[in-house]
Amino acid sequence: MSLLAVEQISRQFGGQTALQDISFTVERGDSLGIIGRSGAGKSTLLRCLNGLERPDSGRILFEGEDLAAVPDNRLVMLRRKIGFVFQHFNLLSSRTVASNIALPLEITGAPAPQRKKRVAELLDLVGLSDHASKYPALLSGGQKQRVGIARALAANPALLLCDEATSALDPETTSSILKLLSDINHNLGLTLVFITHEMDVVRQLGRHVVVLEHGRIIARGTPDSVLQNDPPLRLPSGLSPTARAGDHTVLRLTLDTQALIAPLLADSAAQATVLDAQARQTGGTQTLEALVQLSTSTPDALSLLQATAQSVEVIGYVPSDT
Amino acid sequence: MSRLILDLLLRATAETLEMVLASGLLAVIGGLPLAVLMMLTGPSGLCRMPWLSRPLGLLIDAVRAVPFIILLVLLIPFTRYVVGTSLGTTAAIVPLAIAAIPYFARIAEVSLREVDPGLIDAVRAMGGTRWMVVRYVLLPESLPGLISGFTVTLVTLVGASAMAGAIGAGGLGDLAIRYGYQRFNTPVMLGVVLVLIVLVTGLQALGNVCSRTARHGSR
Repeated sequence: MSLLAVEQISRQFGGQTALQDISFTVERGDSLGIIGRSGAGKSTLLRCLNGLERPDSGRILFEGEDLAAVPDNRLVMLRRKIGFVFQHFNLLSSRTVASNIALPLEITGAPAPQRKKRVAELLDLVGLSDHASKYPALLSGGQKQRVGIARALAANPALLLCDEATSALDPETTSSILKLLSDINHNLGLTLVFITHEMDVVRQLGRHVVVLEHGRIIARGTPDSVLQNDPPLRLPSGLSPTARAGDHTVLRLTLDTQALIAPLLADSAAQATVLDAQARQTGGTQTLEALVQLSTSTPDALSLLQATAQSVEVIGYVPSDT
Repeated sequence: MSRLILDLLLRATAETLEMVLASGLLAVIGGLPLAVLMMLTGPSGLCRMPWLSRPLGLLIDAVRAVPFIILLVLLIPFTRYVVGTSLGTTAAIVPLAIAAIPYFARIAEVSLREVDPGLIDAVRAMGGTRWMVVRYVLLPESLPGLISGFTVTLVTLVGASAMAGAIGAGGLGDLAIRYGYQRFNTPVMLGVVLVLIVLVTGLQALGNVCSRTARHGSR
């Protein structure tokens, strides 16, 4: 049985679709990254995974229990097995570092000596033993997030959810926090589900990744397979999974560039390689602007292109080995 | 200033402090639970109950709308029922507390609402119950604001207790009106005003220190 199985969940906010037919599973010890732009539904999805939001339909099976359907008092108990790391840390300013980390243990009712021992372990794990009695206001952003992570781990959760855990931090601090999370996943074997808008975070932390766009999963797989064709294509707004009368179809086309350009060069021995291309809308006409590398520097291939293309501009020349 | 007047002034100050502190205490005991209730059952609260929060809000504002001097008179039968008399310092505590409870409830509600919702999410995500959210987040996190609000309430009560003095409650207000105003005894009047200024600035300074201590360097 998977630790977490999400089955076709959907969520709407006032007629706006936030999530649509989301399904995925997370195995014990796995690390799943959910990546998408802001507004793609990542935060809603993550809040559904610990029951802070309930989906309108679908099931979220955590250790076999459906978070979308269990009564409130059972949900409170299940949340104690799920750690949550926040983007803005959300540490209580009225409590010291040690006391913040101890809070989940106070909630589960662990006795004081046990709390003290666990807090010392966690302070050691995140490297903040010297700061135990400080208040959060005196800590740097990276230190605050370390406290946030230690707090999330306090009650020995089965699953750790991270909501943009490094987005409020500078690059150097980000990599140390990612290292810490990666260690927790690898060495402690704790299952990790995190959301981010940064490819680098997924590459460093994720074993699996799903790409979320407009509330739907548009790609899934390993980071290498999914993230090679970045940046992702820009989808039009108002996209709907089902067709209404009079709708147009949006599709993803993968073409061999030779199929596009070779016909233009049919009478020449020159080969063309597309370096980059972009669709442009000017007035009523749509053009494809492409940066092309020709395998010759002679003008005959150019004149062939000039016959068909709207404009041809020679930008410069590069040696043949590049 | 004669020995007699000094005695009067001392006794009046003690009476005013008794009225202010007793009704201030009652304002917290009554107002804080009301504020928490309003916050939890309100439109964005953890257990939305509009059928409770709306009438409650209306009642709180209705009491606040009545001018204190009118409230004093209106409450005379109730005061007599509770303490057996409508005269004297103890009797004045009843209308003072009734006026202060909704006043402090609204001030405390503002402080509670200013608590970062992310902190409430944090404790809920840990598996905290609503009661734990109140105990671990709402009350401790809003403590600096609650202390400031309590200070404002006490200062307002100092003024209101002087008004209660006008209808026989004793205290500094009573002294200023009967000796200072009606007998044209300017030194007594000025003495009372001086004591009131010292009292109010002292309370405010004490409140500021407590509030800052509770803030633990944040904000």
